[in-house]
Amino acid sequence: MVVPLLYATLSGFKSTDELSRNPVGLPESWVTGNYTGILGSGDFWRLIGNSTLIAVGTTVLVVAVSALSAFSFARFAFRGRETLFTLFTLGLMFPFAVAALPLFLLLRSLGLLDNPLGVILPQAAFGLPMTIIILRGFFRQIPGELEEAATLDGCSSFGFFWRVLLPMARPALGTVSVLAVVTSWNNFFLPLLVFTDSTWWTIPIGVQQFQGQYSAEYARVFAYLVLAMVPALAFYSVAERQLVGGLTAGATKG
Amino acid sequence: MTSTFLPSADKRPGPGVDRPPPTADAARGRARRRVLHWLSAVGFQVPALVLFLVLVLLPMLFAVYAAFFRWGGFGMPSDYIGGDNFTRLFQDPVFLGDLWRCLLLVVLSLAIQLPFALAMAVLLNQKLRGRAFYRMLFFGPYVLSEAITGVLFGMIFAPGDGLADQILGGIGLDGLGGEWFADQSTVMATLFLVMTWKYFGFHMMLYLAGLQSVPAELTEAALIDGANAWQRFRSVTLPLLAPTLRISVFLSVIGSIQLFDLVWVTTAGGPDHHSETMAVTMFQYGFKRYQVGYASAISVVMFGISLVFALAYQRFVLRRDLEGATTTMRGGAK
Repeated sequence: MVVPLLYATLSGFKSTDELSRNPVGLPESWVTGNYTGILGSGDFWRLIGNSTLIAVGTTVLVVAVSALSAFSFARFAFRGRETLFTLFTLGLMFPFAVAALPLFLLLRSLGLLDNPLGVILPQAAFGLPMTIIILRGFFRQIPGELEEAATLDGCSSFGFFWRVLLPMARPALGTVSVLAVVTSWNNFFLPLLVFTDSTWWTIPIGVQQFQGQYSAEYARVFAYLVLAMVPALAFYSVAERQLVGGLTAGATKG
Repeated sequence: MTSTFLPSADKRPGPGVDRPPPTADAARGRARRRVLHWLSAVGFQVPALVLFLVLVLLPMLFAVYAAFFRWGGFGMPSDYIGGDNFTRLFQDPVFLGDLWRCLLLVVLSLAIQLPFALAMAVLLNQKLRGRAFYRMLFFGPYVLSEAITGVLFGMIFAPGDGLADQILGGIGLDGLGGEWFADQSTVMATLFLVMTWKYFGFHMMLYLAGLQSVPAELTEAALIDGANAWQRFRSVTLPLLAPTLRISVFLSVIGSIQLFDLVWVTTAGGPDHHSETMAVTMFQYGFKRYQVGYASAISVVMFGISLVFALAYQRFVLRRDLEGATTTMRGGAK
């Protein structure tokens, strides 16, 4: 399991020459040029910046919109509720690839190609079903007495949502946020379609392009791969509990 | 029911209970309150609904529409050809191959990947030293993007220079190595290997979560009754894990039907279409050859397969698990 990762890290410290002579062992002399060269280039940091911007934008949007919707699903009884909820849950089964073509044409006609919104909006839309299902489950667990108390104190329904429910649901919001960040960070298909201009490329696109460009310089590509993995793995080690909790909650409850 | 934001209608006593005859005024007031209530409940849904309708549902429906046209993707489709795209699709050897490869991946995943994940989960559920570390380790690949995974393994399986061939050469098995992704007969096996590396940790985590909910008393009771490890697993753990297993199988099959990123980065469907999936074929026609109508037909078939599978699975397998989870009776089954 760990061999590919270790191999990539060590290979990044070798020269491409040495890599073909000595593929498995420790580097003879630790060459840091591959890593520092990439870290010193603005291109790499721009990719990180783009990925971050898009991940944060997607997450804020999908969590805000889903929280409102989940609140309404969890705490109101209204005509058409079940139909609407079924519609969203059906969204779990829509493969992104199916919508890719018309979505691309739609984004083109809206002038959203080569625009971060062209990735953020569809990502948020496709993230809705899972986020709504998870949040709705959490919201329903908050006792009704609280709601009654808030209402008696003169809280409107939105006031209850904003001042009582959201603060109480902070762990749940954390979980869905982490999920949204990871999904957005790893997305490859949508940025591939939307960004033809390299100034907006994200990390996954950058990795693929870098490999194409330096296919002969193995050691450099390995160093690039390792550096591209670092943010995801670092984020994972910090947010592990939230992420795993979210995936299992989403998968076993809905 | 936990909500206090109910329409007054829901708080009325049921039929057969005496209540004072409503005056016309009171009835109007109630009706108005009910409409206001409905508006505020639905108001919270509007942002999500707009986003979902415009960017998910509308493109999906448009793909269905476009599938009946010969269309290059510019302007609106106008050259209506009925079901010709679908007829052509089911005579296209590449697409028929896609279906076959999809089935292959489903079978391999269910027969190899998931049992392997289950075995690891049972192992890690023991009081094992460094358990948390192993969990981190196995789940790690899941957070790496398909693109990174694909490029990494593309280099590891590079003919001659890659790690895989170097290791085989080092232990004197040069003959076994070779083309990996580049050979028609080995490309799917190699791809499956990478898929397993990437996704088995995810399923393992699901199983671990499921195993946590198996009460220790039950396995202990079986132990006292003289059941051996296999019997305890077979008759106690496995049935209790069934809901988790059903979800994991579902996600695995849906994932295999829709596989794109990993293939695109490693082989782009090659050599000679031998690792192409439906999504890759769709991408080729839609974005490379501008046969958007035909590509839409592929999308529609892909969606159809996902949907039929999902509905059938939900109807016959998942029903028990989802009861109360995704549908709530009116009045709120909490």
